[in-house]
Amino acid sequence: MKVPATDPNTMDAPTPDDALHLVKGEGPIVAADGRPLKASLRRALRREKLRALGLVAPLLIFVLVSFIAPIADMLFRSVENQIVADTLPRTVAALEDWDYSSGEAPGEDVFAAFYVDLSEAVALKTHTRLGTRLNYEMTGMSSLFRKTGRRVGRFDTDIYADQFAALDPAWKDGAAWMEMMSAPGIESVLPETASAWQSWLRILENEGDDPAEETPADFVFTMLYRDLARGADVSAYNGPGADRLAAAAAAVGGFETVSIKEQFLKADKDWGDPEVWGVIQTFSPPYTPGYFLAAVDLKLTPHGIEKQPEEQQIYVMLFNRTLFMSLVITGACILLGYPVAYLLSSLPLRTSNILMILVLLPFWTSLLVRTSAWKVLLQQQGVINDILVWLGLVDDANRLILINNQTGTIIAMTHILLPFMILPLYSVMKTIPPSYMRAAKSLGATNWTAFWRVYFPQSVPGIGAGSILVFILAIGYYITPELVGGTSGTFISNRIAYHISSSLNWGLAAALGTILLGVVLILYWLYDRIVGIDNVSLG
Amino acid sequence: MKRKILLATAAATAIGGAAFAASHGMMSNKLVLVSWGGAYQNSQVKAYAEPYKAMHPKVEIIWDESSAEAVAKLRAMNEAGNITWDVVDVVASDAIRLCDEGLAMEIDHDKMLAPAPDGTPASEDFGELIVSECFIPQIVYSTTFGYRTDVAEWGGKEPDDVCDVFDLETFPGKRSLEKRPINNLEWALYCDGVAKEDIYDVLETEEGQARAFAKLDTIKDQVIWWSAGADTPQLLADGEVVIGSTYNGRLFDLIVNQKQPVKMLWDMQVFDLDGWIIPNGLPEDRLARALDFVYFATDTQRLADQAKYISYGPARKSSAPLVPDHMKPHMPTDPENAKNTLLYNYEWWADYRDDLDAKFQAWLAK
Repeated sequence: MKVPATDPNTMDAPTPDDALHLVKGEGPIVAADGRPLKASLRRALRREKLRALGLVAPLLIFVLVSFIAPIADMLFRSVENQIVADTLPRTVAALEDWDYSSGEAPGEDVFAAFYVDLSEAVALKTHTRLGTRLNYEMTGMSSLFRKTGRRVGRFDTDIYADQFAALDPAWKDGAAWMEMMSAPGIESVLPETASAWQSWLRILENEGDDPAEETPADFVFTMLYRDLARGADVSAYNGPGADRLAAAAAAVGGFETVSIKEQFLKADKDWGDPEVWGVIQTFSPPYTPGYFLAAVDLKLTPHGIEKQPEEQQIYVMLFNRTLFMSLVITGACILLGYPVAYLLSSLPLRTSNILMILVLLPFWTSLLVRTSAWKVLLQQQGVINDILVWLGLVDDANRLILINNQTGTIIAMTHILLPFMILPLYSVMKTIPPSYMRAAKSLGATNWTAFWRVYFPQSVPGIGAGSILVFILAIGYYITPELVGGTSGTFISNRIAYHISSSLNWGLAAALGTILLGVVLILYWLYDRIVGIDNVSLG
Repeated sequence: MKRKILLATAAATAIGGAAFAASHGMMSNKLVLVSWGGAYQNSQVKAYAEPYKAMHPKVEIIWDESSAEAVAKLRAMNEAGNITWDVVDVVASDAIRLCDEGLAMEIDHDKMLAPAPDGTPASEDFGELIVSECFIPQIVYSTTFGYRTDVAEWGGKEPDDVCDVFDLETFPGKRSLEKRPINNLEWALYCDGVAKEDIYDVLETEEGQARAFAKLDTIKDQVIWWSAGADTPQLLADGEVVIGSTYNGRLFDLIVNQKQPVKMLWDMQVFDLDGWIIPNGLPEDRLARALDFVYFATDTQRLADQAKYISYGPARKSSAPLVPDHMKPHMPTDPENAKNTLLYNYEWWADYRDDLDAKFQAWLAK
């Protein structure tokens, strides 16, 4: 212990030390300014902490905004499923009364709700998006929605508008409708009409049109007919157009009618298939486990959770392959990297520097260049095969297949990830004093014993650090497997990329990504339990 | 009916806005074009961008080579509320998806695009190639096969039928096929004896799918699967494969510009379309510039000009006579080449893509 340069007892200003001396044994220990020492310390520490936090704040906020938040948002997509209830709110509500196990398509009420929902969705162009979403669950939904979307504006329900207009031409007048629909109490008298009217307003708002100048769409008249035919109590309404409404209510009994369900069946007979409605019902909650189930080769059906048909099971196999190959690559990196790192750390500085540059040079070269170079080297008409044939080791007709399979991925990725193994190993080995080995040998150990019993255990933290780096990098690798992996050497990350950029099934991609993240975290935890994370050293 | 009218009014407003902006000089002076890079983008630079730039020297044209991920990126831009692209070159199936998702603007072809020189309105000039309301067709391309002409084992024979790809006895050697079900399943069924017009009906059934995969099984261990258009030309040039599928323009480049011993096999080429879309929700000045550019870049002469630089067929009927003679034999639409063709079935694949892709991937992994 060093003696302090200034003796506290000779200093002018009070120090916490003085306070200790002053109040020895009398009540709580207080600092020089009279506050309890504990509080004073805490304050001082808090200030320290705040200052530290202030210093890291820019980075922290940057990481939160640009890294954590997008990842959290992406992960959230793996369960999010609001599109069905948002696009078809009335249908989802009406389907609650329908039982899938009845084996029959729902009745007219559901179709009427669906008619309004779909009409709005078509006008706002959201029906195809919903079709794409549901197509993930049942093949054919995409074209079913697109086809029906084209027809829904041409349903025979236009007879209602004509029949109402025949009673009173004012029914075709947007302004008269506006007046009536904005009167208080109309929702309780004509619930379906009022709801359809809201859809109509949203459609017009989207188009930038004035509802007072447009005749409402057929679906509004259809809902008005349904409300009146159900025996709406029009006498309870006495706002604008009450007479017109009362006259219409008296006349609807004689109206020519059209079944909405039949209109849909005419547009596409699949609407009579209970499976279609079962899928809509199953995926109507705002959150769904469907994507996670799909990510492990299961699927959510109206009957419950089922296995994917065998010819569509790929994800579990891909996860296993990714883990297995990442382990092999990590192992290969240890085998190849250990001797190199040992050489680096034991050679004289001048030689080891040159060797270091050789290790780092590929590290500085573009990943794509290195991967493409491996393509040239490994292909069947490539350099390695040519040399082997020239040496007579391989027959020209049976050239080795070294690329577009697992071998290609393992070779190329081992090469690419090797520096991540060598560098931590090197920095750990550098700290092992050479005298330990000499001591071991002078005490009679053989070369091997000295290495295995003395040197190797000290280099384990380097292996640990390198393995974690290489393994975690490998498990999420994308571009190299894509280029040299062919069909048997691709990873789960290639599928994630496919779903992000090609199939646009972001929910499934998010679920796959979440599982991958979970697997890495579990492995990290296991590693900590078995090896101990304190035993990892990056230098 | 109602919808048509609404649509027309919307289009008219857009046009009116654009015309207003144009007449008041409110066009943006920056134009971001998105395309595929490579020889194809070069042909667009020469045929469209350079002449346009000559007419409007103040306009700065920026190219982005992101067409392959256009749908995903536009979706992300839309969610972020910041669309940085003005005109985007996409394949027809992507245009349909963008239109479906409301990410691309609906186009009134007759009002927004130039009529043919004889006055035929654009919608007639493009005809059936307008596969989506948002799509402005540009070129017709095809996915077809190229084969090496110097394969000793073939004993002087050359493939002239797409089914020769499945014939390992007469034409041994490695093949390259695209790593996706589209096209491959159609060819497999066709070569398994299914009539061309029945292919999609058969492919809809489980048995039909199994049949297509069984046919592909017969050559599976001889196939290298590609995912980038440049792969097959490279593999053919290196002699890694003896026959392989890719886009016809890539093979043209390999044969004519790189002078490789490769020939085209046009039988059962699959026609597909490529064209422009304009993202939804552009500010008025940028929209005006985008529309102005598209009007110019898709007129009869400009489309024919592009065919000078790359062997893709112009999408306008009126452009066909203007294509230079030396390019005609390389066009997928040339009568000599188009004796037996298949048109990509967009709607069918929109339904079956996810399903069959999962099956295809599982089959590949087996």
